[in-house]
Amino acid sequence: MKNLVLQTLWLAVFSCILSNPTAAQHATAFDVEDGARAFADSCANCHGPDGDLIQGIDLGRGLFRRPLSDQDIADIIMNGIPNTPMPPTPRMSEEQALRIVAYLRSLAQRPESDVTGDPLRGRELFASQGECMDCHRVNGEGSRIGPDLSRIGLMRRAVEIEAALLDPTAEVQPANRFYTVTLADGETITGRLLNHSTYSIQMYTQEDGLRSFQKDALRSHGFTESPMPPADDKLNPQEIADVVSYLVSLKGEESPDER
Amino acid sequence: MKDNRRFAKPVTVVTLLLAASSAVAQVDFDRILNAQDEPENWLSYSGTVFNHRHSLLDQINTGNVGELRLDWIWQARSLEKFEATPLVVDGVLYTVEAPNNVVALDAATGRIYWTYDYEPSPDARTCCGRVNRGLAILGDTLYMGTIDAHLLAIDAKNGALVWRTKVTNAAEPYSITMAPVVVKDKVYVGTAGGDMGIRAFIAAFDAKTGEQVWKVHTIPGPGELGNDTWSGDSWRVGGAAVWNDGAYDPDTNLIFFGTGNPAPDWDGRSRLGDNLYSNCVLALDADTGRLAWYYQFTPHDELDYDSTQVPVLADIQWRGEPRKVMLWANRNGLMYVLDRVTGKFLHGKPYVELNWMDGFDAKGRPQRVPGMLPTPEGTLIRPHVHGATNWAPPSFSPSTGLFYVAHWENSSIIAVEGEFPRGAGDNPRQTAMGQVDLQPFLNDDDEAYGVIRAYDPDTLDPAWEYRMSDITWGGVLSTAGNLVFGGGREGYFLALDATTGELLWKASLGGQLNSGPMSYAVDGRQHIAVAAGTALFSFTLP
Repeated sequence: MKNLVLQTLWLAVFSCILSNPTAAQHATAFDVEDGARAFADSCANCHGPDGDLIQGIDLGRGLFRRPLSDQDIADIIMNGIPNTPMPPTPRMSEEQALRIVAYLRSLAQRPESDVTGDPLRGRELFASQGECMDCHRVNGEGSRIGPDLSRIGLMRRAVEIEAALLDPTAEVQPANRFYTVTLADGETITGRLLNHSTYSIQMYTQEDGLRSFQKDALRSHGFTESPMPPADDKLNPQEIADVVSYLVSLKGEESPDER
Repeated sequence: MKDNRRFAKPVTVVTLLLAASSAVAQVDFDRILNAQDEPENWLSYSGTVFNHRHSLLDQINTGNVGELRLDWIWQARSLEKFEATPLVVDGVLYTVEAPNNVVALDAATGRIYWTYDYEPSPDARTCCGRVNRGLAILGDTLYMGTIDAHLLAIDAKNGALVWRTKVTNAAEPYSITMAPVVVKDKVYVGTAGGDMGIRAFIAAFDAKTGEQVWKVHTIPGPGELGNDTWSGDSWRVGGAAVWNDGAYDPDTNLIFFGTGNPAPDWDGRSRLGDNLYSNCVLALDADTGRLAWYYQFTPHDELDYDSTQVPVLADIQWRGEPRKVMLWANRNGLMYVLDRVTGKFLHGKPYVELNWMDGFDAKGRPQRVPGMLPTPEGTLIRPHVHGATNWAPPSFSPSTGLFYVAHWENSSIIAVEGEFPRGAGDNPRQTAMGQVDLQPFLNDDDEAYGVIRAYDPDTLDPAWEYRMSDITWGGVLSTAGNLVFGGGREGYFLALDATTGELLWKASLGGQLNSGPMSYAVDGRQHIAVAAGTALFSFTLP
């Protein structure tokens, strides 16, 4: 297990070196390992072990509230952000802060599994045969009932996307869970849960968009299974690889044929 | 005198009007000791030295609380968690804008009298937010601990700094986040930073001069009783921090503080032994700091079960006999009744589902369940690392005789040796530390929910519960109007019937409740105040 971790770290560093010129000048396997330790000691209590506990920030996937250079992140680690809960870490040297950055960059730059598909063909399949846009939205087009996938390539690796396509109900992110309410007259309404509390429910429905319900006025309510069908109902393995390749390319930028 | 102090009658509106017209006087210690005689004021963190967080005001009661409305809001300039409970003295409300600015407001209108701005040293380092839980007052002087490990005395009339004492070295990294405690002519603080390898202590300072009078480490040094409960040199960096309010019993002159977890938090292999006095309540002579007794809630803790909850002192009929007890709902999922004179363990009982222990021995030592510790593979443990409850202050009502606690139910973690534990369940995000803004709540209702429960101290059985969908970091207040106020991470502030738990009123405050509510009166009107998000809210009847 330890060897596997070390191999992964080495691969991560290698990938980081290939794709990140700043890190290429500095990051070593020791830097990443030491950064991982320092992250666990100094950052994980608030940011969580995966760096994703604070809304809008996913350190392990390179998602910050604004684009940040390595030095920007190191400065924030050392100095904090005034008037926010992000505290300074005065005893942290710049060298150690940069090691944490190297660790975070290594997580965000994890090597992809073999992506053998054609992203352009995948885009066509996504919009047509796959019927994906009936629920999903990309760069302002498509439905809002499912998750917006415009940045999915930044948030998920190919292997994770492929697994989600083949078994959509196996692991559903909390923000993507579906919910069904039964009104007093027996009508049932299903949508993506956006929020709920002791007293009310807010969700997005395909038919009426944003809806809110008072819990005490409902006959019943609760989570329901994702309506997304497995991709292999409609697509063959090569077509699935094409769609995966397309989704991996979505990083909040223009789609492949528009570059 | 003694009985009057503890079982004083609710104060009527007529009394309030009289109090409102009384001359402004200094807050000498007799006033603090007899705070129940002037319920229009709130003179210490939990209202009295006994930490009942129970107001004897009854203008707002079960019959009219449904009409409660917002009177004013004061918005802090800080985006830190607002954990401070305000003080109110003769119509002036004092609170802390995190991390360490002090503000004096007109308690009737929320308008500012003065602000004292303090810029902590860049050396300051805190584990869990640059927070502060409040002030103490004595005479005309306010006292505040700072996150750069100083104790400040500030003139309550004009916000001028009276003195500033360095308690210890912020770079090591020590900090102070608790509201100081005042007893007679001394001010007491403890040091936070236990997760980061400090050796914590409690210290008493002369209230007039700021000179240190005594200092007691919460981890014994070589040659001191208990040092051998730490293997090797682990005692040097063992934590046992003190970061929440203490209590005082004038009959025994004992001051009580809870201590935090041993460090490193989730791996005890380098600190074999019971690790005294981590996770303890310490009873110290208020004049000398001499240890009178201690009780350790979680020996050799490897699950971060700080025992820094607010000690609640109550004089109750226990098993048919009058008894001076200490009530304690601990982070480790157990509720305790201790004899506060001797420290004797009287009763302990799980108040949430837990799996790390399965009983007590005759002296009240928990019997560990083998294997319920961090392991290389990971172990499912209840309650969660953030606990069944954490630091939020509870309440005891002498009227109902019930102990009110806001806590978490059904929470668990996966503990791995040496690593920060992972939340367990469908949505482990449920377990994030308290924050300021409202977060979308996407869990099942049954998963790690928040609950306010009323417990009978005689049996530790719940009398009622009020359940919230999300968890809570908020405290509770009980009042002579037979009400309990509380709330949680959803941002709702609630009024419940203190006898039945029935919901009588609620308001959505738009931010997480990370503080304990309190009550005061000015100009003959009772207010209920609570901080949520980054603002302080004050409610009255129309």
